[in-house]
Amino acid sequence: MTAPTAPPSRELSPEQVQALLRRPPLWRQRELQRSVAIALLSTLVVFGVLGYVISRSTGWRDVQRAFLSPSDFVASFPMVWDGFLLNVRIFLIAEPVILALGLLLAVVRSTRSPVLFPARAAAVVYVDIFRGAPALLVILTLGFGMPALRIEGLPNSAIFWGTMAIILSSSAYQAETFRAGIESVHASQRAAARSLGLSNTQAMRYVVLPQAIRRVIPPTLSGFVGLQKETALVSVIGPLEATRQAQIYAGMTFNFTSYVVAGVLFIAITIPLARLTDYLLQRTAQRREIGGAV
Amino acid sequence: MSTGTNSTPLLLIEGLYKAYDRHLVLKNINLAVREHEVICLIGASGCGKSTLLRCINLLEEINAGAIYLGGEAITSGQVDADRIRQRIGLIFQSFNLFPHMSVLENITLAPVKALGISRREAETEARTLLERFGLEEKAGEYPDRLSGGQQQRVAIIRALALKPRVLLLDEVTSALDPEMVGEVLTIIAELKALGMTMLLATHQMGFAYQIADRVAFLDAGAIVEEGPAKRVLSQPEHPRTRQFLQQVLAASPLSPAATDDRALPVEFAGMAPFAERG
Ligand SMILES: Nc1ncnc2c1ncn2[C@@H]1O[C@H](COP(=O)(O)OP(=O)(O)O)[C@@H](O)[C@H]1O
Ligand SMILES: [Mg+2]
Repeated sequence: MTAPTAPPSRELSPEQVQALLRRPPLWRQRELQRSVAIALLSTLVVFGVLGYVISRSTGWRDVQRAFLSPSDFVASFPMVWDGFLLNVRIFLIAEPVILALGLLLAVVRSTRSPVLFPARAAAVVYVDIFRGAPALLVILTLGFGMPALRIEGLPNSAIFWGTMAIILSSSAYQAETFRAGIESVHASQRAAARSLGLSNTQAMRYVVLPQAIRRVIPPTLSGFVGLQKETALVSVIGPLEATRQAQIYAGMTFNFTSYVVAGVLFIAITIPLARLTDYLLQRTAQRREIGGAV
Repeated sequence: MSTGTNSTPLLLIEGLYKAYDRHLVLKNINLAVREHEVICLIGASGCGKSTLLRCINLLEEINAGAIYLGGEAITSGQVDADRIRQRIGLIFQSFNLFPHMSVLENITLAPVKALGISRREAETEARTLLERFGLEEKAGEYPDRLSGGQQQRVAIIRALALKPRVLLLDEVTSALDPEMVGEVLTIIAELKALGMTMLLATHQMGFAYQIADRVAFLDAGAIVEEGPAKRVLSQPEHPRTRQFLQQVLAASPLSPAATDDRALPVEFAGMAPFAERG
């Protein structure tokens, strides 16, 4: 029997370990190269085929002339841009009100006190009505209905009523988002707060709401995107926002490139929001993974 | 800290009944906790230990009976429940720290918002407590960066920051990995040494044996046996108690019936001095 020879030591030097940690492992690098190659190839194939099919179609020239005319793009841009500023203004005024109103409605609905029953019932009715009714209908009703009432002191402006209508329907959605956030905070958090002698209101304000709001930031940002688009609906009662301006230009010139201009503007402003939402969602997912592992 | 004399219990529970819907969970509970006394509630899972502690903390409404704290009937419905809760600390099995707040904010929230103490004063007191229990370096950390044992110690400190008259502890080591149980039990032993009145639900029979003045055994919502800890744990009288202890001790190789400290679970071997002092 010979004594077993000890296997040669494979321990890496500290420098080697450091070098390893700096670089992703080899298999990971290869995998990455492969995925990039596949992604590039499939993109080329898809858009190549799409481009070929479209450019070979008989109507392509007409469509290009009607929707993608560079000169009309330049010519219509100023007026569509002007209108777009109105969309942005409506958004900037409506969104803070929607957030505040949505939060208020959600908190009211989460109360349990019998004294607040009427408030709770009112919140339920409000949310049911304005979440159920199409936004377009609310805009038309308020935009044409309210001025027709000729109530002393109420503004007549279509922009005002359009903004009001948007606030009504979006705040109902936002309220449900906040409520989902509140419900998602575990009951033990509230119990812990109460056991420390905090009142119901204090438990809500300092313990439940901060956690609830953090959790609903991604869907709320999605709501921002939705609202920015919804401001275009206001055009049906008159205000000269981007889509309305584009329509006017198209009516004058029989060229629809102005619609593309409006589309580009809307998309351009929502893309950063969309990426921010993605980023936040990804971060939450990672947090959850880490939290689960610990 | 003390108002009543030693003859009037600090916490008195009389004829307490508690039901969830039609399901009777606590039946005619009578229990007196005197000042500086430590009482362990033992009993099988689901026998009503948590419910009893939640009732005392007024997190649950009781169906019959009464609870008195320092002679004041706290279940009469005319008391300000928030004020009572400030004087009764409750520590949960699952820590329940506020994840969006740092350790320091967790501890100072209630003193500032509920007691109206100035933030600066509350922070000074919180830091003193953290230092007292060896957690001063964690003041700025968020709960998810702490181990389970550290989280539970912070939860205990958070309750202590309100200077409660009595602490209720609900299986505070049950959610912990074994190596962290000791650090939490050590704090509890230190509190006993400092004279804190405590009522704790526990599955750690060895710990109950060492720290409790008295033990109450709950079975199906009723206290079937109650008495000095060493007597109840080593010579249980009621057959249900005997059966329960046999089952529990069969699962753990160490017997609380033994009278020497070597028989105690390893994790609190290091804290014997506290218990001796107490
Ligand atoms: N919120 C609740 N609603 C209904 N039943 C409950 C509730 N909480 C506890 N119970 C029931 O009460 C009994 C006692 O539970 P618990 O006090 O948690 O026991 P323990 O803490 O001793 O394990 C169990 O049967 C449990 O199912
Ligand atoms: Mg329990």
